[in-house]
Amino acid sequence: MTDLSVDLGFIKLKNPVLAASGTFGYGLEFSPFIDLNKLGGFVVKGLYFSPRPGNLPPRLVETPGGLINAIGLPGVGVERFSEEILPELRKYNTAIIVNVCGESNEEYASVVERLNKEEGISAYELNISCPNVKKDGLCPALSPKDTFSVVSLVKKSSSRPVITKLSPNVTDIVEIALSAQEAGTDALSLVNTFLAMAVDIETKKPILANTFGGLSGPAIKPLVLRMVYQVVSHVKIPVIGIGGISSGKDALEYLITGAKAVEVGTANFIDPETTVKIIEELKTYCQKKGIDKIETIIGTLKV
Amino acid sequence: MIKDPQALIVGKKNWEDYYLFSLESSGIASQALPGQFIMVRISAQPQPLLRRPFSIHSKEKKNIEIFFQITGLGTSLLSQKRIGESLDILGPLGKGFVTGESFQDKVIVAVGGGRGIAPLYFLSQELCSSGASVKIFYGGKSHKDLPLKEKFEKDGIELFCSTDDGSFGYKGFVSDFFKAELEKLNPSCVFACGPEEMMKKIAQITQEKNIPAEFSLESVMGCGFGACWGCVKKIKKNFKEEWTKICEEGPVFSREEIIWTEEEK
Ligand SMILES: Cc1cc2nc3c(=O)[nH]c(=O)nc-3n(C[C@H](O)[C@H](O)[C@H](O)COP(=O)(O)OP(=O)(O)OC[C@H]3O[C@@H](n4cnc5c(N)ncnc54)[C@H](O)[C@@H]3O)c2cc1C
Ligand SMILES: Cc1cc2nc3c(=O)[nH]c(=O)nc-3n(C[C@H](O)[C@H](O)[C@H](O)COP(=O)(O)O)c2cc1C
Ligand code: FES
Repeated sequence: MTDLSVDLGFIKLKNPVLAASGTFGYGLEFSPFIDLNKLGGFVVKGLYFSPRPGNLPPRLVETPGGLINAIGLPGVGVERFSEEILPELRKYNTAIIVNVCGESNEEYASVVERLNKEEGISAYELNISCPNVKKDGLCPALSPKDTFSVVSLVKKSSSRPVITKLSPNVTDIVEIALSAQEAGTDALSLVNTFLAMAVDIETKKPILANTFGGLSGPAIKPLVLRMVYQVVSHVKIPVIGIGGISSGKDALEYLITGAKAVEVGTANFIDPETTVKIIEELKTYCQKKGIDKIETIIGTLKV
Repeated sequence: MIKDPQALIVGKKNWEDYYLFSLESSGIASQALPGQFIMVRISAQPQPLLRRPFSIHSKEKKNIEIFFQITGLGTSLLSQKRIGESLDILGPLGKGFVTGESFQDKVIVAVGGGRGIAPLYFLSQELCSSGASVKIFYGGKSHKDLPLKEKFEKDGIELFCSTDDGSFGYKGFVSDFFKAELEKLNPSCVFACGPEEMMKKIAQITQEKNIPAEFSLESVMGCGFGACWGCVKKIKKNFKEEWTKICEEGPVFSREEIIWTEEEK
């Protein structure tokens, strides 16, 4: 039997397939379609301290092989999440990761402090990279200094491992990755969406009410693979690959490049069974190639 | 709510750019209610990427129907599928129209504009079987836009057709025709689906006459099952306005709940 488990150092996942934040609701939305226990884990929708409404619609537009979203992080807030949703999630035997948001460094810390009191969370993923909440896609992950200050503050507040989610909207992602590492993050996840826009030639207006949104989906995979490659060659901490993954083959490309695990995003909308199918496809690949432990293929890229 | 990866296309009809597909999907058919919808995967390739939403147009035993108009790439590719091919669909999704025994012996009016007629056939099937007297207002740009006329007539449902160009039935907007006939018909409840401007007028007219009304709204949908927060519109809930997922809490809402978008200047 193939061993699909991967060890991130701070958690052991039963397999390297996670669902990405914002594309998997609070997890429960997928229980009619798949057995959540089969997943390596899932990252729930981004949480601020208080409930938030999100951006004005239209919030979505499709482009060739991609989706631009400007959802703007609506959510129930940390209190209702802890009281109403988390008790449901604890019933599942899989890693639950909470995607943490904040308007300020202090808000990130207060979300984490509130969640520290709750059982059943494996790690926090710091969303310092959402392009849809401030003007021009501004977020801490665009600057090494801002990244360092938010990550180090949250590390101090957190009783759990912290994964820092980076933005692709930078000239040198390695620089940001190194500053998150220096601030003490336990892992990195690459990447959030690419700042993008779409235009309606009839109305001569941007299609999204927010003008800008973030591009995800198959179209971004080659760009993110390149970034994962650059980052894994420079950091010591584990890297989780996110971008355009919809098949076992896509996931393998990331693992071979050096990602220790992957998150599946947009593909969950197209086929809610995608994560489970990817796990099956990884198993089949390993069996066909005579691989006993999937960990042995991580970072085996021959350059 | 289930995924049926292989709903067989067992029937197909077409009038210009309107299509009617009959799909064999016993799981979805057994759960479907009027006003609910399905998400159809158009292609196994990444274009079009997302599934497309379509109202459930009818159900009969193991089969459901969808009725759609070509409006872009997704619907155009869908129209090329043939009998014997199968579709990957999710459904039934959302919350539908209020139906049931309370409508027995009551007059019910449903107003459909263009492809908005799609969910009203299933609705009228259901209302007729609970003993209501159903009248359908069916409006289109021209006579070509009323392809389902005969289908309703065959079922003995009283039809009020209108065309913007006057090529068939009442000349003018379906909402004006509705307004003109309303007094005479005196319905207990009104249902509507179609362009937003049409629904807005129906909302105004029914409000003035104090007749309960429900509307099926459209929105761009990323997932159709509550996971993306992409489809929201502002809805009144307990005296508060909230951005609400149309796919989960709709697509059907009562007039009192809906906040219509302001007209573009
Ligand atoms: C709940 C619901 C039920 C619907 N039922 C029917 C039906 O029974 N028959 C029918 O003909 N049409 C129906 N529609 C509209 C139908 O989904 C769109 O016409 C279709 O998605 C257009 O896809 P396209 O690729 O052909 O067009 P494109 O214009 O190429 O689509 C591009 C994007 O815009 C979205 N989009 C475009 N127009 C609409 C629209 N009006 N509403 C929502 N999303 C849109 C598409 O989903 C896609 O993401 C329904 C929509 C909703 C929300
Ligand atoms: C609709 C939507 C909502 C998202 N919401 C969040 C979020 O709340 N927090 C976050 O860190 N990333 C969010 N993301 C980004 C995804 O988690 C992921 O990083 C990105 O979509 C790239 O992966 P993909 O190509 O597989 O979709 C969102 C993406 C989409 C499409
Ligand atoms: S379409 Fe995704 S939440 Fe409604």
